[in-house]
Amino acid sequence: MKDLLNGWGATAAVFLPMVGIAVMMLIPRSEETLHKVVALVTSLAVLAVGIGFLASFDYDKTAEMQFFVNKTWIELINSRYIVGIDGISLPLIALTVLVVPLVIIYSWNHFPEPHNPKAFLMLILILETGMVGTFVAQDLLLFFVFFELVLLPMYFMIGVFGGEARKYASLKFFLYTAFGSALMIVSILATYFLSPVNGAGDHTFSMIALADWGAAGNPLTDGGNLVKATGILVFGGFFMGFGIKVPMFPFHTWLPDAHTQAPTVGSVILAAVLLKLGTYGFVRIAIPIFPEAAKWWAPIIGGLAVIGIIYGALGCLAQTDMKRLIAFSSVAHMGYVMLGISTLTSFGTNAALFGMVAHGLITGMLFFIAGSVKDRFHTLEIKRLGGLLLQSPRMGWLFAFSAMASLGLPGLAGFWGEFPAILSAYDPADGLNVALFRFFMVVAAIGTVFAAGYLLWLLQRVAFGTPSAEFEHEHIHDMHLTDYLAWAPMIVAILVLGVYPGLLFNITDGAVIESLRAIAGSNS
Amino acid sequence: MLLNQFLLLAAVLFCIGVYGVVSRRNGVLVLMSIELILNSVNINLVAFSAMTGAVSGQVFALFVIAVAAAEVGVGLAIVLAIFRNYRSVDLDDVDLMKG
Amino acid sequence: MLTHAWIIPLIPAVSFFLILGIGKRLPRGGSEIGLASVAVCFVLALVVATGWIGRVNHPPEAGAVATHVEEVVAQSEHVASGEDPAGTAGSAAEEGHGKETAAAEEGAAATEEGHGAEAGAAEEGGHEGEEVHVTEPVIRNITWFQNGGVDIKVGTFVDGLSALMLVVVTLISLLVHVFSTDYVAGDRRYTHYFAFLSLFTASMLFFVLADNTLQMLVGWELVGLCSFALIGHWWEEKPNSDAALKAFLVNRVGDVGLICGVIVLYFAAGNTFDTVTINTLANEGEIRHFLLLVASLSLMTAVMSKSGQFVLHTWLPDAMAGPTPVSALIHAATMVVAGVFMIARLYGVFFNGLSIGTSNLNVMAVIGAITLVFGGLLAFVQNDIKKVLAYSTVAQLGYMVMALGVGAWTAAIFHLFTHALFKACLFLGAGSLAHPIHSFDMKEDMGGLRKAMPKTFWTFVIGTLALVAVPPFAGFWSKDEILAGAQQLGGPGGYPLMMVMGTLGAALTGAYMTRVIWYVFFGERRGKSATHDMHENGPRIVIPLIILAGFATLAGFTNLPDTGALSFVPESLALRFEHFVEPTAGYFPGELPSFGHPEFNILLAVISTAVGLAGVVVAYLWYFKGMGPHGLTERNRYARAGYKVLENKYGLDILYTDVIAGGTKGPVARGAYWVNQNVIDGVVNRVASSARWSGEWVYRRIDQGVVDNVVKGSGMAAEGSGEVLRKAQTGKVQAYGAYLFLGAAVLAAIFVVIAS
Repeated sequence: MKDLLNGWGATAAVFLPMVGIAVMMLIPRSEETLHKVVALVTSLAVLAVGIGFLASFDYDKTAEMQFFVNKTWIELINSRYIVGIDGISLPLIALTVLVVPLVIIYSWNHFPEPHNPKAFLMLILILETGMVGTFVAQDLLLFFVFFELVLLPMYFMIGVFGGEARKYASLKFFLYTAFGSALMIVSILATYFLSPVNGAGDHTFSMIALADWGAAGNPLTDGGNLVKATGILVFGGFFMGFGIKVPMFPFHTWLPDAHTQAPTVGSVILAAVLLKLGTYGFVRIAIPIFPEAAKWWAPIIGGLAVIGIIYGALGCLAQTDMKRLIAFSSVAHMGYVMLGISTLTSFGTNAALFGMVAHGLITGMLFFIAGSVKDRFHTLEIKRLGGLLLQSPRMGWLFAFSAMASLGLPGLAGFWGEFPAILSAYDPADGLNVALFRFFMVVAAIGTVFAAGYLLWLLQRVAFGTPSAEFEHEHIHDMHLTDYLAWAPMIVAILVLGVYPGLLFNITDGAVIESLRAIAGSNS
Repeated sequence: MLLNQFLLLAAVLFCIGVYGVVSRRNGVLVLMSIELILNSVNINLVAFSAMTGAVSGQVFALFVIAVAAAEVGVGLAIVLAIFRNYRSVDLDDVDLMKG
Repeated sequence: MLTHAWIIPLIPAVSFFLILGIGKRLPRGGSEIGLASVAVCFVLALVVATGWIGRVNHPPEAGAVATHVEEVVAQSEHVASGEDPAGTAGSAAEEGHGKETAAAEEGAAATEEGHGAEAGAAEEGGHEGEEVHVTEPVIRNITWFQNGGVDIKVGTFVDGLSALMLVVVTLISLLVHVFSTDYVAGDRRYTHYFAFLSLFTASMLFFVLADNTLQMLVGWELVGLCSFALIGHWWEEKPNSDAALKAFLVNRVGDVGLICGVIVLYFAAGNTFDTVTINTLANEGEIRHFLLLVASLSLMTAVMSKSGQFVLHTWLPDAMAGPTPVSALIHAATMVVAGVFMIARLYGVFFNGLSIGTSNLNVMAVIGAITLVFGGLLAFVQNDIKKVLAYSTVAQLGYMVMALGVGAWTAAIFHLFTHALFKACLFLGAGSLAHPIHSFDMKEDMGGLRKAMPKTFWTFVIGTLALVAVPPFAGFWSKDEILAGAQQLGGPGGYPLMMVMGTLGAALTGAYMTRVIWYVFFGERRGKSATHDMHENGPRIVIPLIILAGFATLAGFTNLPDTGALSFVPESLALRFEHFVEPTAGYFPGELPSFGHPEFNILLAVISTAVGLAGVVVAYLWYFKGMGPHGLTERNRYARAGYKVLENKYGLDILYTDVIAGGTKGPVARGAYWVNQNVIDGVVNRVASSARWSGEWVYRRIDQGVVDNVVKGSGMAAEGSGEVLRKAQTGKVQAYGAYLFLGAAVLAAIFVVIAS
């Protein structure tokens, strides 16, 4: 079993959804239940593979690439099919394979207009392939393929199944992200051509080899080391590609529109996983391969991150639409994640990874609830809502729970994403401006006040109080069975991770220390 | 006898023939002019054959005579067809292929 | 039990989930679970307390903590730079042998520590500041998680202070639970209320048992959550949820300081959150003074918000929107003292950081002193009895903070203890008064209730006497110790300003409490109390009142001083509180000159009591006898202005709610969003529209205009030349023949020319 998983596990996890799609293509559109079942079974199969990963992962060797496969792919340019999972990717893969079945269960009885379960579920499955593929890929071109793969299904999801301004939002999302990716492919190619040649005279796309190259100080084939300016420019391309995805201020403006117009499930997947592709890219690719450039970029990233924290919070306070408010809160939360990453310390990066998982669960939960509110009240305008706790108490309670988790209450997962990130800013890596980062630390700490402000204010306006005149006589359903099934795992995860953060930190710590060896080694 | 006189005779006949082909309106006359051209070529061939003593010139002249005969047959058939359609053999009237 | 103290917070936490899960189905709506769990916790707390007392009386040999401390100090040699190794090695050696009296080397804490342990039974404290309890705390912890290679732990830390807090929290929580079963009966969210009471108890217990600063931070925030949930218990009405939000947000502002302070200390102490390590390093001078100062000031911000010190206290009176038992438990006895507890627990940091040992004014003492006066002043203009008590709490917390600021550690904790008891008594009394009429307005709805509700009356009076610090009630002993500390500690001359302000505060206390008693219990029945049939409440309400009043009377005797005029008090009875609660020299400065203990000064005691009683008398004359310039505020502009300032709570609420919060969520947020949509997104949209425009331009001008024109042009050229050339196609054979011959002639000429 372990051998099977080792050899085929990663590939299976990536391509099983494609098998599901192939099956679904053969089934006529009218057989909706069959489609749902096939999609659910496929995603559960991927979940099973994910659980297999969790079970057979060697937790003493989290820094090593496990379930490793290295096969020939495009010989001409020495791009190989390299996949593997280590302590950094494992939590994110677990998050992905958990969220997709939950999303399918949630949509069971309510698909967005125009009603087309076949197409919708197929889009979700393509997304899953792309997401899992990005996290297991260890070759830059392979990574890029999967990174871009997620754009199209999300474009269609927003553009076809979304709200009123969906055309604008989907196009904006696609073009903006693709713009970043265009710069990123330039950087990938630059990395390829700068990388050292192997025995056969080929450069390499392998992220593992490139990370070693970075740790050795980026020596060039014809002697000498990488010029700092070149490294900075190449890192800049990666910064644009990943930074737009995160999203970092000021490249974040696609996010509110995309989230507001997307159908509920689209928002959940976007918030829970797609945003993490960007931050993961920083941790996995940009920083290990170009440590010197990372140090140059770190203050900029940190600065933009803390601006994002405050700015996102201010944006939240100005919103009148619930979903748009939650979207801006994503900008703020990812600010904490990027702050942790920008300190270039293992404490900070651990915090960032935890924050990624926590944000995925918590904001995913919030978007689920927003979607459910939209279903029941047919509006997300905060002015018109109120008294949710009276009309659907369980959902109101979960909303309060998610809001508390989102503002970083200790005992729930969000805290362990925020507090260690703030802490790491006090003592950033060598070579970084300590005073500047301590200033960032204080600003980020002040950001927690803002977070409490906008979330509790939202809670007060939506959940507390009494229902508005418009809705007070309506019968509002509380949670359905599908809601319970879809949300329970996320809630349990938020609680368990909050109480025992070691579950995640013990997995990521070794791998993070390993990935930052270039930073720790250089400039000491 | 000098070669030149025969060549001169052939040239004169050729020019008369060309003049006839280009500027006579009557189709039959054009055909006759073509015959004239062909015969002038014959004279040339025989003259050169007599000069060099090779017999291939005279042989080729016989070819030309045979071809000329065939060609006149076809040509007259065409002129006859033209006469049947146009009621005259005036070549200026036949300009259907005008571009 | 001392080693299994972790069970104590766990029980109410489990009870929280149980009540939420099955509470509604139980006959008493889940309150049974809550009551049972807190009762069990109380018993366990008593067990812990007795265990601790036993441990103090027969301290074990220098064990884990001492060696740990020794290691820490040895390590700190690597952490600190340029430290004198001899000094640190010296103190390490001393701590290491608790038993032997090492030859006195340099370093302050030399012989005494060795002494104390050797003496077996801990010595009495008191005289020359040589108290030397070396009873080590019981620490148990496990690894919570590791990060960056560092192990972060979670566990329990049991010493006198935490044992005391365990008892106080569980006792008051138990009484509040009993009280609530009557007070909140029939409430719309009865079960939910008890669930959060349990969660609060669990969080507070988790907090006081915290072994490291991270755990304290977690507990701190969790009690904030419970406070939010319970203040906003009746969230259907907007003022209640507003109050809950205000409480949470003002505390969050203070929490910025908490986060920064914890972080600074973490790194300053060499990447650890452990309180013992932090205190030891701070005391040993291993941490730069600047860092200690920054940490102290940051943590002070947190204390200011949580413990309602002036400027960040504004949430506390608003928190009275919650049910009264909640106010009694959280906003009088337990949660608000979290800040005081934290200062006490991390005293090494504050003592060294704010230089408390000298008689220079320090931030803590000043803030405490200002709070106790300003809070007291505000109590005069309140008509809501709970608000009076809330401001009184603010003032009393000011006393505690001021005490810690002058170095009177034990006095502060003792006051925390007595205050919890009598203030809970007063709050529950207020609840008892309001229960029949559902109103807390003294002026409008109460009056002359002393005959109708005698037990409430007498317990309230006892609570008041304790609060006003009339001997022999509890408040007298604790407040007097604070004032004595202000007078005597901190070097020659003490802190005269603090002492004066403390005494002034006593007068204010006496006055405003007498005002309350007049409005509530004397005079004519007004408003609802006139129309309603006012009678004493049931036993579940009254018995906790009696119990607390009893404590308010007797609790003071746990810390009888045996100096000065009271030298006759035998050793076995004196200063029991201090004896068992004060922390040990293992991780705490035992010998620094200012961490001493004040002597009982009979003159001070008399004067302060007299001043307090003077306040009572003045109020008595004003209200009971109607003497004095009544209606002054109507006649006199300055009096009215002064009254207005107090009514507007010094304008702080206007500043916070309207200016800061309103400004941020209104114009500032909208401005930021405007920037987002029009500037940042404007750039994006303008990029997109300019891309589209340039695409169109390129299409029109270049593609259609130039490129296509080239294509069309070639077609046109072909067509044009074709037009010209077709003229040659006459259709006449003879013309073609002419061309033929012409061409042949040209060719022949060329050949002839070439050939020659």
